[in-house]
This record gives sequence, structure tokens and C-alpha cells, in this order.
Amino acid sequence: MKLAQIKAELQAEAVQMNDPHILEQDFKHVFASDLMSDALAMIHEGEHVLFLTGLANVQTLRTAEMLDIPVIIYVRNKQPDAKMMEMADELGISIFNTHLTMFEACGILYGMGLRP
Amino acid sequence: MKICYEVQKDDYDSAGRVSSQIKKTLKQMGFGPQMIKRVAVSSYESEINLIIHSLGGTLCLEVDDEGIITLACDDVGPGIPNLDLAMQPGYSTASKKAREFGFGAGMGLVNMKRMSSAFDIASSGEGTHIRMVFHD
Repeated sequence: MKLAQIKAELQAEAVQMNDPHILEQDFKHVFASDLMSDALAMIHEGEHVLFLTGLANVQTLRTAEMLDIPVIIYVRNKQPDAKMMEMADELGISIFNTHLTMFEACGILYGMGLRP
Repeated sequence: MKICYEVQKDDYDSAGRVSSQIKKTLKQMGFGPQMIKRVAVSSYESEINLIIHSLGGTLCLEVDDEGIITLACDDVGPGIPNLDLAMQPGYSTASKKAREFGFGAGMGLVNMKRMSSAFDIASSGEGTHIRMVFHD
């Protein structure tokens, strides 16, 4: 599923996006959690994984970095601060946010065919 | 090749910097993405443990001539009172602050063991010593 379509379905906004080509990238898996160690247990290839979380802090970026995950979506309109934006820029991680709750966002993504 | 980094107790702001550096070093050395991920995840969990649980310590990356990677995480205390419990998935003694940062899932040591080819841990009041080896 292309990120552009996922973004539209989640009514998400791009908060930090270095390269708009990321919107054309395909994603197959979603990991949704506020617990970083649960995310770190993942075995999928990071480039096809979306990281969905309600925790907007530097550690979510570091976790994505370690797993080579290129996109983080923050639910409930969580906003990254300036330090996080700078770090995301350096790491080449794109950030989106949606006003939807974690439950709603997960339901939509599952309905679109994305899987754990 | 061996590089050691110091990690300070409660240094939440820096959490992940050492692991980011270790990841970059392994990439420059030409290791594959899957191997780098295994080491990076283990390194990051170790770094977080040093920050949230220990009184401070070091994280060392060593790569031998055959390309076998070793991570050594050594701290100066206070030690893990019950190692069997600490190795149990979901068991956590993390503080409220650590949990606010997204840690304290009780999966740190479990992940480190899972990602490594060999995992050794020893702990006493004088410190915890973890050695992880990574190969194909």
C-alpha cells in the first residue's frame, strides 16, 4: 500500500518529510505501540514498516532509526518538538500525524490490508 | 577493532546516541542490514538499561579479524537482584520516568538475548556484565 493512500485514509498531515518520494513507497506492515522494547522485538525489514505510536518523544525516533523504519505516524495529533524535528531531518525519518486515536488508525490500516 | 563508550546514569537526553554511532560504524565496515539491526537493537537496549537502571557504565563494540561482533555492556552497580525474573518477558522494575520515555516493557534483556548468537550475563552488587556475540 502506497504511503500517499495511507496518509489520505488516516487523514494524516506531513509534519516532517525530506523527500516527497516517500509517499510513493509501499508499506506492508504496521507496528503500533507506545512501548519501545516491543517495537524493538520486530523482525520485519524496516523499510516496509510503519511505526504508529501515541508517544511523541526522541526515543520513538531512535527506535525507528535502529530498526531502519522510515516513517512514524503519531496518533491523536501529537506534535514533535523542535529537537525531534531536527533529529528526524538528520536521520531521514518522515513524520506524520493524525487526529485519529490509535484504535481507529489501527482499524483503518488493518482494513486496508496492512498486517502486523 | 574495539571502541568503548561511556554511558551516564539518568542521561535520558543522550539515550540512543551511542547506539546510533555503533550502527554507523558497522555500516561503514560493510555489514549487512540484518546483522546491523540485530546489533543496533541490542546496543540500544543495553544503552537504555545503563541509563535507567545502572549507576553508569560502558558499552564496547569489538569486531575481530573474522568479522565476529561482540558487544560488552558493563556497569558499576547496583546489580540485578533476581536474574531469572529479569530475564522473564514482561518483568520490569523500571521507574515511572523510564516508562514515560516508552521503556519498562520488560523486554530489554529478552530482546538482547534473542538478537544475539551468544548471550552471557552476570550480576552482583558491584555491577552487571553482559556479553553478546553476533555472527551469521
